[in-house]
Amino acid sequence: MMSTGTLRLRRALAAPALVVTTLLSSTIALANNPEPWQLNLTAGVTQTSQEVHQLHMIMLWICVVIGVLVFGFMFVAMFRFRKSKGAVPASWSHSTKLEAAWTIIPVLILIGSAWPATLVLLRMADTSESEMTIKITGYQWKWRYEYVDYFGKDPGINFVSSLESTSDRTRQLGSGLDPAAVKVGDYPTYLLDVDKPLVLPTGVKVRFVITADDVIHAWWVPSLGWKQDAIPGIINSQWTKIDEPGVYRGQCAELCGKDHGFMPIVVNVVSKPEFEQWMTEQAPAPAVPATADVIAPTTGPQG
Amino acid sequence: MAHAAVHDDHHDADDHKPQGFMARWVFTTNHKDIGTLYLVFALLMFFVGGAMAMIIRAELFQPGMQLVEPQFFNQMTTMHALIMIFGAVMPAFVGLGNWMIPLQVGAPDMALPRMNNWSFWILPFAFLILLSTMFMPGAGPQGGWTLYPPLSMQGGDSVAFVIFAIHMMGISSIMGAINIIATILNMRAPGLDLLKMPIFVWSWLITAFLLIAVMPVLAGAVTMLLTDKYFGTSFFNVAGGGDPVMFQHIFWFFGHPEVYIMILPAFGIVSEIIPTFARKPLFGYQAMIYAIASIAFLSFIVWAHHMFTVGMPLGGELYFMYATMLIAVPTGVKVFNWVTTMWEGSMTFETPMLFALAFVILFTIGGFSGLMLAIVPADFQYHDTYFVVAHFHYVLVTGAVFAIMAAAYYWLPKWCGNMYSERWGKIHFWMSVISVNVLFFPQHFLGLAGMPRRIPDYNVAFADFNMISSIGGFWFGLSQLLFVGVVWHAVYKSKNRATAQVWEGARGLEWTVPSPAPHHTFTTPPVIDDSKLAHGDPTH
Repeated sequence: MMSTGTLRLRRALAAPALVVTTLLSSTIALANNPEPWQLNLTAGVTQTSQEVHQLHMIMLWICVVIGVLVFGFMFVAMFRFRKSKGAVPASWSHSTKLEAAWTIIPVLILIGSAWPATLVLLRMADTSESEMTIKITGYQWKWRYEYVDYFGKDPGINFVSSLESTSDRTRQLGSGLDPAAVKVGDYPTYLLDVDKPLVLPTGVKVRFVITADDVIHAWWVPSLGWKQDAIPGIINSQWTKIDEPGVYRGQCAELCGKDHGFMPIVVNVVSKPEFEQWMTEQAPAPAVPATADVIAPTTGPQG
Repeated sequence: MAHAAVHDDHHDADDHKPQGFMARWVFTTNHKDIGTLYLVFALLMFFVGGAMAMIIRAELFQPGMQLVEPQFFNQMTTMHALIMIFGAVMPAFVGLGNWMIPLQVGAPDMALPRMNNWSFWILPFAFLILLSTMFMPGAGPQGGWTLYPPLSMQGGDSVAFVIFAIHMMGISSIMGAINIIATILNMRAPGLDLLKMPIFVWSWLITAFLLIAVMPVLAGAVTMLLTDKYFGTSFFNVAGGGDPVMFQHIFWFFGHPEVYIMILPAFGIVSEIIPTFARKPLFGYQAMIYAIASIAFLSFIVWAHHMFTVGMPLGGELYFMYATMLIAVPTGVKVFNWVTTMWEGSMTFETPMLFALAFVILFTIGGFSGLMLAIVPADFQYHDTYFVVAHFHYVLVTGAVFAIMAAAYYWLPKWCGNMYSERWGKIHFWMSVISVNVLFFPQHFLGLAGMPRRIPDYNVAFADFNMISSIGGFWFGLSQLLFVGVVWHAVYKSKNRATAQVWEGARGLEWTVPSPAPHHTFTTPPVIDDSKLAHGDPTH
């Protein structure tokens, strides 16, 4: 019942923002992965990320409208009331009505924007009824993915994902290698590609339990609509449900030491049958992944 | 007498200035000299921290690692923040307070002049220690200015030096704050009621209480880091039953009031300058004071909005979102009141006014992104990206630093007795205001496109805006050399003597003393004439 209410309210509140979003989308493609000259947040590939994007656009346009009004008045004042034009200063310095108005109106605007934000947050916080659980552990400077539950079964898949070797060679100080040359297909993947991506099925509610082994990291794929800190000794949970197959890229978002900039995240989303096929190829947790494109040594943390 | 004090080396017997460098500057108890020391120190640190920013922007000029190792890059981001916050912005405000508060309340000096000397002279040593850590084995701090454990504990023994330096800065700030409160509450000229005080004095009074409240909290947090590292405690060490998130709560309980410590005096400065150059009284004087007080109060109850992604309970996230959004209300009141002060005024646009107007617009832009960051689900995307970097540089550079620049131009003629070059002041302003936007505005785009902060290298998709931002950065950095030139010229070369009044629309006690302000002022309390005060009428 909350979700229908959410939806109706969101539509009502987001209507003006949506018009503009559409306008923006037509001129600037809202890419799922970073694009050159990208100006705005991605709308992403989950309901959550789209709702977050809408909230972002609502807030942005509220700020733009207030900004235009306030700065507009200011510029009018600066042009009309200048001494060089012979302006004579008034001496008034108080107006209870005005001051009450610009205290109360912002409060109303804030309530209006807190409401949809609350609804989105409530939905995001609900990790119940997940069909699959993945444990993510942050290390200096790589991620471990453990598939601990898939529709009640333990798939026993467990691997480490770290920066792929071409990026790693290119990013060394004075390597002389061209970052633009690191590509997968047409997409430049410098520092945004890993040796072994996280593979997820479409249409399945996936719960992530996120922690870290050494220092604090943060797991962030913008297309999924959130980031979550990975903290040693603490298990955080988040969830996603992705409907579009594709490759979604992200990075560690919490400073975690010298190679913080070099521990990307890649999520490869495939259809459910493909995913189950992939799982059977992985099991039972071979030491060396059979289908990895690049065989990279998965040594322990180098910290 | 006015022209005898133009040069520091003209020691006029009537001025009772101590003779000799040591006596004049090292042993000084004079609020004006200590104010000058603070301001010169802040400017020096501004260039040290700025040089580090130049290294950061040079490495980020294009993708790939060209100049420095990642460890050094992390050292630069950490030190840049610590130096700019504790070495540049805060001492600059304390310097302005030292110079102007006694002049604005009609007091002969600060209430505790010897402690005033000590507060300042701790600082050079604190920063020598902090800077020296860069040359220690294992290098200086690399875990970000927020010093989050466990990462901050991975440093070498420089951690102990950094913590000691922070303790010294804290002691300096607390003593400075006690001095300011004691001065304002005890040393106002007879008849200068609290609600007749200039708004800059009000803003500093409230800021000083914030400082006293939160600097000990920072001291506690870093002391716990120290004992965790060296004495086997486990405050933040999971293996011993501690909690790394607890550090973040304690840190931000200091940290959020801290960001207001860096902006409330700026509000005060802008509230002085806009009425002067609009030649019209500040609109809603009392509302401005209540707004500052409300912001100060709210600053204590919103800290965890810096930590929305640590995995707080839902109720906590909602509470901190709502409380944070509330800050927009008193901040909005301030902005609306500044704009209304201009309305039906008679404006001129000297350099201080230009900086103050740019402050109003650009600080408000930083406020807008702050409001967006308050929205928890959206913050899950913005958090720890360049969007946040853009946000806090808008409030701290075009906010705090622009207000300090405005104040420096506004009161410089009172300090040195000469007018600065208006032409070069304006050139400095326009170079700064354009370049700072080239520098920071594209960082909003980078953050929204997905670039995390504190990374030394990035995907080629982020290359274009990073290059633009770096160009803006070098341009902004170089433009600040103009400021040094303008100040040097005004102090040593300018032939254009300032009157006591300096600005046609200026009101308040500081404009009743000659320019330059003699070494000792208000040795007998001034007679307060309400009609000559900036805020003689307490009903407004």
